[in-house]
Amino acid sequence: MLLRRSLLPAAVAAALCAATLPASAAEISGAGATFPYPIYAKWAEAYKAKTGTSMNYQSIGSGGGIKQIEAKTVDFGASDMPLTPEKLKADSLQQFPMVMGGVVPVVNLSGVKPGELKLDGKVLAGMYLGTITNWDDKAIAALNPGMKLPNKAIATVHRSDGSGTNFIFTHYLSSIDPEFKSKIGENTSVEFPGGLGGKGNEGVAALAARTDGAIGYVEYAYALQNKMTYALLKNHDGNFVAPKSETFQAAAANADWSKAPGFYLLLTNQPGKDSWPITGATFILMHHQQTKPDSAREVLNFFDWSYHNGGKMAEELDYVPMPASVISMVEQSWKTIVGPDGKPVWAGHGS
Amino acid sequence: MAAEAEVVAIRERATQRRPAGGAGDAVFRGLTVFFATLVLAILGGVIISLIVGAWPALRKFGFGFIVNGSWNPVTENFGALAPIYGTLVTSLIAMLIGIPVAFGVALFITELCPKWLKRPLGTMIELLAAIPSIIYGIWGLFVLAPAIQAYVEPAIIATLGNIPGIGALFAGPPLGIGVLTAGFILAIMVLPFIASVMRDVFETVPPMLKESAYGLGSTTTEVMWRVVLPFTRIGVVGGILLGLGRALGETMAVTFVIGNSHHVHASILQPGTTISAALANEFTEAVGDLYQSSLIALGFILFIITFIVLAAAKLMLLRLQKGAGA
Repeated sequence: MLLRRSLLPAAVAAALCAATLPASAAEISGAGATFPYPIYAKWAEAYKAKTGTSMNYQSIGSGGGIKQIEAKTVDFGASDMPLTPEKLKADSLQQFPMVMGGVVPVVNLSGVKPGELKLDGKVLAGMYLGTITNWDDKAIAALNPGMKLPNKAIATVHRSDGSGTNFIFTHYLSSIDPEFKSKIGENTSVEFPGGLGGKGNEGVAALAARTDGAIGYVEYAYALQNKMTYALLKNHDGNFVAPKSETFQAAAANADWSKAPGFYLLLTNQPGKDSWPITGATFILMHHQQTKPDSAREVLNFFDWSYHNGGKMAEELDYVPMPASVISMVEQSWKTIVGPDGKPVWAGHGS
Repeated sequence: MAAEAEVVAIRERATQRRPAGGAGDAVFRGLTVFFATLVLAILGGVIISLIVGAWPALRKFGFGFIVNGSWNPVTENFGALAPIYGTLVTSLIAMLIGIPVAFGVALFITELCPKWLKRPLGTMIELLAAIPSIIYGIWGLFVLAPAIQAYVEPAIIATLGNIPGIGALFAGPPLGIGVLTAGFILAIMVLPFIASVMRDVFETVPPMLKESAYGLGSTTTEVMWRVVLPFTRIGVVGGILLGLGRALGETMAVTFVIGNSHHVHASILQPGTTISAALANEFTEAVGDLYQSSLIALGFILFIITFIVLAAAKLMLLRLQKGAGA
C-alpha cells in the first residue's frame, strides 16, 4: 500500500518530465536591430511552421547586436550600421545584407494627415540641431505653401539606445548639412542637443504618438503598424516623395553591391526621381570561425530560406527584398564561414 | 509533602541546563553563520565588482566625471552631471510633493477620520505600494504625461513661468514628458511608505500628552504641530528617508517618462535623465569599454548615494525603537 502510494506520484512526475523533454527541433538565436524586427519575426514564424526550427530574435538595437555577436552570446548579430572592412577583419566577422527598408519622419500634429506635410533634409537637420524650434517657422512654411501650421513647439524624438536606424538617419542628415555633421555627426548613438529619447523604434513611435507637436524617425513598418502621420521628403533630384515600397525600391535599384568590399554600402540620398532619401539595408553579422557548425548551418539555412521564400512577406511590410544577383553573391561569401575542421559549414542551397 | 517534592523536582528540571548541542545544533549554528557571512560577502562582492568595473572610467576622468555635463558615445566623453542632477531633482520633487500629502494622509487617518473608515483607507494607501513600478511607468506614459502636457504644464508656464528669477525653472514648451512628470510619479510611489511610517509613529504618541494639550484648549492643528510632531520627529524623518531611498533608485517608472536626455536643463518641464534610467536604457548596448565602464561608474555613484540615505534612515528608526520620540 505504502509502495503504491509513493510510486504513483513518482510515476506521474516521471511521465510529465518525459513529455516536456524538448523535441529534436533546433533553436537558433540572434539579436540586434529593431529596424528589421517585424520581418524577421514573420520569417521566423513561417520557417518554424515549415521546418520546426525556431529562431529567437531579440530586438535590442544595432549597438547591442554588434556587442552580443562580438561576445559570442548569440548565433548571429543584426545591425543597420554596416561594419567597415577594417573592423570586420579585426573582429574576424563577416556581414551580408538581408533586407532593405526606409526610415521615415513621423509627426504628431492635429489636423495633419499622413503624407500631407512636406519636409527636406535641411529642415530636418535644423529641427534636430535646435535651430528650428516652432512648427510655424518660415523654413517649414516655405516647403508647405497654403498649409496652416500651428504655433507649437517642436518636440524632437530621437533614439536613446545604440541604433542602426539612428546611424542611417544621422548619416543622411550629415550628408545634407555640414553643420549637423560637425556638431552632431553620425553614429549608432550621438549627442542630440535636446529632445526626448526613446528606446528602440518602438520607443520612438510611442513617444512621438503621445506627445503633441512631436517629430521622430522610425522604420516604415512601425509607422504603418501604428498608423502614424508620416511626412514627405525632398529627395536628391528635388522631388517630394512619399515613403512606400516603390520609392524604397527606386533607391535600392541604384545599389551596386559587387563594388562594395565586405558588402559595406549605404543607400541614403540616392539619385533617381522616385528614390526615397533615407533608405538603408540591414545586415547580418557572423563569425568566420564557428565553434558550433550545426548551429551555424541552421542559421544559414534559415537565411537561405528567407532569401528565396520570404520576399513576398517582406514586400507586404514594405521592405525591399535583396535582388537575386546579390543573393548569389552573399551565398558565395558563405563559403568563408567554416567549422573547427576548416570546412564551410553550409552545404548549399536546398540542403 | 508529595506536592512539595513535586514542585522541587519541577523546579530542578526547569533550571537544569540542556546538554550543549548534539550534532543538530552545531549544524544549525554553522548554517546560520554561513548565511550571515554569505550576505555580507555578497554585499562586499557587489561593491568590489562595481569599483573594478568603474575603474577605467574613474581613472580616465577622475573627479571631473561628477561635474562633466556631456555624454557623447562618439567622442567617448562621458560625465555624470546630468544623471546625478536628474536623480537628485526628481527625488526632490517627489519629496516636496509626497511629504505634505503623506503627512495629510497620516494626520487624517489618526486624528480626523471616522473609525469605520480608518482600516479601509489605510489599506488602500498601502495598496499603492503594491502596484509594480512598471505599471506606474506605463500609466505615466499613456495617461499622466498627455494630461500634464495638455493641462498642467501650460498652466504652470502661464503663471509661474512669468515670475522673474524662478521663472526659468518653469520655462519651455510643454512636452508632458520630463523631470516634473517623473517627480509626480515618484511622489505617488513613495507616498504609501512615508504615510504608513508616519501613521504608525503618530499612533505611538501617548494619549495623555494629546489629551493634556486638548485640555489646555489647543486646537487640533496646535496639537499636531506642537505635541505630536515634535514627539515623533525621529520616526517621521526616518520614514522620509526611507521614501527618499526608494525614489533615488526607482528605475522603470522613471525611464518611461523622463525623456532620456543627457542634458542639464534649468527648467523642470524639460526632459532629463536619472542614473537608473540611463543604466536601464544604455547598458545592454554600450559598445566599447569606456562606455560600459562609465555606466558602471554611474551605478557606483548611485550605490553610494542610496547607501548613505538608507543607513541614515536605519539609524533614525533604531533610535525610534529605543523609546518613542526624542
